[in-house]
Amino acid sequence: MVPVANYLILSAVLFTIGVLGVLIRRNAIVIFMSIEIMLNAANLAFIALADAKGSLAGQVFVFFVLAVAAAEVAVGLAIIVAISRQQGTIDVDEINLLKW
Amino acid sequence: MEAFFWVVAIPATVSAVGVVMMRDTVYSALLLVVHLLAVAVLFVLLNAQLIAAVQVVVYAGAIMVLFLFVIMMLGLGRGEGVKEKLPLQRPVALLFGGAMAILLGVVMSQTTIQPVAGALTPGDVLAMGGNTQVVGRLLFSDYLLAFEVTSILLLVAIIGAVVLAKRRL
Repeated sequence: MVPVANYLILSAVLFTIGVLGVLIRRNAIVIFMSIEIMLNAANLAFIALADAKGSLAGQVFVFFVLAVAAAEVAVGLAIIVAISRQQGTIDVDEINLLKW
Repeated sequence: MEAFFWVVAIPATVSAVGVVMMRDTVYSALLLVVHLLAVAVLFVLLNAQLIAAVQVVVYAGAIMVLFLFVIMMLGLGRGEGVKEKLPLQRPVALLFGGAMAILLGVVMSQTTIQPVAGALTPGDVLAMGGNTQVVGRLLFSDYLLAFEVTSILLLVAIIGAVVLAKRRL
């Protein structure tokens, strides 16, 4: 049996990788994929704790997280397509219309 | 089991690093598929078979197709320029990211986890009809409201995506 702490630490590591992706990369699509990694890390923690606690509520919650992630990807990619059409780039350093 | 965890956990971590490091966006997307499949295997190890299947079908299938479709459509194969607008962004990000990893790791490894009252073992779930049946029953009884709200959320997302991506309404 693998201790649940292993899964939780793996989840923390994956979440950090996602955060670093968002902070370091400037390509909007890669930033988006990093957000997916973070969502997956949270899901992994949910499932690990659901298994350790013997409750299936965590699995149901992951189901909703997946649905929200799907909605987020659809809208987010549509925004990226619209920005790329208007600005000709998806480099987040170049997209500064709302910046003071 | 212990060995199997590492066999899956290491590719999951390496492919996640690859997603962030790759210059070519298409490679990032393909490595993300590897990452999602590895996490799906971890879900199976944790007795969450339904979620693992949903992960493969929805994430590695539908969402990744959407990603690749947009990457191909916009022609974003090449990486970003080397010009940095914020000079210290990378080292500072690594510093604070590392700090967050240590903090999260310490908290995660220090917490003690008690089983809930009436905890189900995998054997109990199997006796109740299996993982899919039990989760499905929960979804349509205790969490019915949340389930219905999710359907509205998905409808809003579809409409939003069409409105945003359309050239002219």
